[in-house]
Amino acid sequence: MSAELKCWQDFPPGGIAFGATARQVETGLWRSMRPVLDAVRCVSCLRCWVQCPDASIITDSDARVSGVDFFFCKGCGLCAKVCPAGAIVMRPEAEFLNEPCGAVQGTSPEGR
Amino acid sequence: MILLGREKPYRREMTSGNLAFAEAMRQINPDVVAAYPITPSTEIPMKFAEFVADGLTDTEFIAVESEHSAITACVGASVSGARVMTASSANGIALMHEIFPIAAMFRAPIVLGLVNRTMGAPLNIHCDHSDSMPERDSGWIQIYCEDAQEVYDTVLLAVRLAEHRDVLTPVFVCQDGFITSHCYEPVEFLSDEIVRNFVGTREPFWPLLDVDVPVSYGSFVMSEDYFEIKRTQLEGMSNVPRVCGELSRELAFVTGREYGAVERCMTDDADYVVVVMSSAAGVAKDVVDSLRGRGVKAGCLRVRMFRPFPYDEVRDVLGDKLGVAVLDRSVSPGGAPPLAAEVRTALYDCPRRVPVASYIFGLGGRDFFPADAEMVFEDLAEGRSGFAGYIGLRDKYARGRRAV
Repeated sequence: MSAELKCWQDFPPGGIAFGATARQVETGLWRSMRPVLDAVRCVSCLRCWVQCPDASIITDSDARVSGVDFFFCKGCGLCAKVCPAGAIVMRPEAEFLNEPCGAVQGTSPEGR
Repeated sequence: MILLGREKPYRREMTSGNLAFAEAMRQINPDVVAAYPITPSTEIPMKFAEFVADGLTDTEFIAVESEHSAITACVGASVSGARVMTASSANGIALMHEIFPIAAMFRAPIVLGLVNRTMGAPLNIHCDHSDSMPERDSGWIQIYCEDAQEVYDTVLLAVRLAEHRDVLTPVFVCQDGFITSHCYEPVEFLSDEIVRNFVGTREPFWPLLDVDVPVSYGSFVMSEDYFEIKRTQLEGMSNVPRVCGELSRELAFVTGREYGAVERCMTDDADYVVVVMSSAAGVAKDVVDSLRGRGVKAGCLRVRMFRPFPYDEVRDVLGDKLGVAVLDRSVSPGGAPPLAAEVRTALYDCPRRVPVASYIFGLGGRDFFPADAEMVFEDLAEGRSGFAGYIGLRDKYARGRRAV
């Protein structure tokens, strides 16, 4: 038995994990299309911020949309769909091959 | 027990297995009930929904769109720390199947009223055990009740059993569809105060909604840890006999009725014993009484708890018998009937071989008559063992009450 692997008696009941957090899970790795924000067209209505299933829309201190967190963004395209100003377009990831996958467009959220 | 309540401690009413279950639910006042109707269990959530609508409970009643959703909502509520109950039957149980092992692994205490009904097809609403038997490996405790009084008592017991720290395992409280669920018989109900004192409130361990101790349920686990985590689940089931015994004695102190994992009827000095579950035990015990009057040393063993299976008790009762007959109310096509398989397993370690005759009876609600039980005892006296036939099946070549 390898020293670092636990015996069954060391696991809590229910298969639960203590202190686990989704903050560590880079769901951005799943993305094939990425939302690109046009800051000039954006009216900061925050519909994208409300609808984003991964809380990936970043806002600045004035609560204006300032970017997308690509560490979490799965590229579902919901933000582009609900945007009334046409300020978000979905582009293939192939166009961004020279950028790191988890790059953040805008300010980085705390906790990563 | 000194009873200081305002209410009378007990009241007797004519009621049915379903309505006794629903009345127990009202008294228990669970936090969440999510249910979807299916005959013959429909009356349970239907009557309970009335209690909710009349403001007699504080329960969050979730009317869902399928049994799969019902049990899924129950699991979510249970791991969040709520006291949870539901009910279903037959194909509804089958639709819930995917979620049952998840509830068991999450150690989510849920009490489910399982009103036994045959699995379609052909479509039939009447009783056999072909809905609950496929769930014997789902990790749920299975208790089979003979009558409405036992259903009522067992629901109270099941809440404490499921939520006990050493068990934390969901429970099926089974009763025979229509035979028990819809027939009216006298049932003694405890006062609301006694019930609430007995069931108390749930003390959840690691609830999902405790923000001070954040936990995740349902994480992905690879091969290096899965086996160990699965092993932790089995601890709850292995503690059931001890905890259930303690709780049964505590409840019997209030009700005067104590139930074990098995019920013995004239088995001590019996030569021949019939093993059976649920309502059919009433017929078998009646026949045992009449055979005793004719000098035949007959006995009946009713298996009440099927999971965990009481191997030791069954071996203790049957190990010295001249013949044992096992009556299964379900089939395992191509394999041994489930109860017969367990009884034979229990008897394998006996020093002396006990002949076991296995029968199938009562599929799709086919009646089980005293003459059928008498025929089984006659078979045993003739030394029959192995698969002994289908009781009451019409067969062109059958002689008497049985087809092989």
